[in-house]
Amino acid sequence: MRITAGFTGAEVLLFGATDGESDVIVVVRGPEETAVVRRKLRIAGIWVNAERVVFPRMPSFYHVAANRSLQAVAQPDVLASEMIGVQNFRFEPTDPAAGPDKVADYGAAFIRNKEQAKLYHTALGHVRFLGDRLFRTTVRLPANVPTGTYNVQVFQLREGRIVSTTATPLLVGKDGLGAEVYDFAHRYAAAYGAIAIAVAAVAGWLAGVVFRKV
Amino acid sequence: MMQIYLPIAEISVDVVLLLAMGAAVGVLSGLFGVGGGFLMTPILIFMGIPPSVAVASEANHLIASSVMGVLGHWRRGTLDVKMGLVLLIGGVAGSGIGVGLLGILRAAGQVDLVINLCYVVFLGTIGGLMFIESVRALLRQRRTGSARRGKLHTHIWLHGLPFKMRFQKSRLYVSALLPLAIGFGVGILAAIMGVGGGFIMVPAMIYLLGMPTSIVAGTSLFQILFVSANTTFLQAMNNQTVDLFLAMLLVVGAVVGVQIGTRLSSRVPSEQFRVLLAAMVLAVGVKMLVDLVITPGDLYSLQPGLEH
Repeated sequence: MRITAGFTGAEVLLFGATDGESDVIVVVRGPEETAVVRRKLRIAGIWVNAERVVFPRMPSFYHVAANRSLQAVAQPDVLASEMIGVQNFRFEPTDPAAGPDKVADYGAAFIRNKEQAKLYHTALGHVRFLGDRLFRTTVRLPANVPTGTYNVQVFQLREGRIVSTTATPLLVGKDGLGAEVYDFAHRYAAAYGAIAIAVAAVAGWLAGVVFRKV
Repeated sequence: MMQIYLPIAEISVDVVLLLAMGAAVGVLSGLFGVGGGFLMTPILIFMGIPPSVAVASEANHLIASSVMGVLGHWRRGTLDVKMGLVLLIGGVAGSGIGVGLLGILRAAGQVDLVINLCYVVFLGTIGGLMFIESVRALLRQRRTGSARRGKLHTHIWLHGLPFKMRFQKSRLYVSALLPLAIGFGVGILAAIMGVGGGFIMVPAMIYLLGMPTSIVAGTSLFQILFVSANTTFLQAMNNQTVDLFLAMLLVVGAVVGVQIGTRLSSRVPSEQFRVLLAAMVLAVGVKMLVDLVITPGDLYSLQPGLEH
């Protein structure tokens, strides 16, 4: 089984081939990040971020696609052990004192927020077969997508059991002026600051000169 | 609708809307001689720009507008450089502390709350005072036919503190500690609230220092220019929250707006407009308070951008 990735703008097209008739699940995970989930409480009449739970090593982006519904292609224990689908995420907070109810609440909030930012797709994507063995699927990457090395896992299943797994790294970078500015601001923070000052000062000076004559 | 993606704020905004906002606040700046940061930053926040990016980018925008203002005052000689430098020393120290504070608050997840609270307190107070003052002036004007403001330079005990310094241009001989402290306080606020702080510094210079009104605006702009530059640099260094695209769009809008405002200022009845400005300041403050008080749609939030 091989997969190849080609970037077509904000949509990634993934395709590959199986070694015989089988079901396919494709999981795309973004670079891992530390997720800090906060909960607001009303203190003295105003809402304040009061409690937090930290989940280390969470995928910054998450997308699952399959050729049929997940329940139809895989046994529940397979989905759970491979952490396929957001409902099978295991949340392990840094603070071991957090109880299971609290972890579940904060975990759900994490997924909700990620979904709202369009970084997690809880709806299942479609894997389409072109013939018996060739398949393809597309993943939409929003503009705020984190850059870095993504991991594309392809599971080939028969009768609900995994028969083979392939993992392929997918490098996601951003193009264009905006991405370069962002990159520069983080990599050369001092130079960026100096340029920001210079540009603003020149703009102000120019405006002063131009309008003095008007 | 023309959308532009702001690289640091990481959201797309409507260019025309942003330019219009910049122009509108610029008109007010020209009309009233205020910096307008205390209106611009909340508007940016209402537009959905993260508060920490809004404050840092507004500091960057302020450089441009204060350069423009300082040049004009420099030519007219309405600028006390010595006083400006003393205010500036305090301001640089204050903005350094303010930027550091923002970084700590950001890590603690309280940055949005503190920025909003500062706005509620300061906009509420300033707007309230301005409203009362302008309504009084309006009433007085009705009664006597002309608005007159009596103001004396009185010596208060604060002037007698040690390290006395002579400020020829301001015709003052006062303790340097006083302008240092004013600059320091304004510097902290400037960094946290993304304002120049003119709306606090100008009254402080008039009423606490007793400076002649004619040179107050130029001197405060001089201080704001360098404090904003310092803030911009520190925010870029420590927090990477300066959005140059955002700041430049605001500059373009504001430049045009300020010119319109300055020309209008000689034609419109300024007393009536002061009431309007006061009402707007109060309205923004109230809106921010409401946002803090009403139950948010989702009690949980996710802190962005913590790479592993």
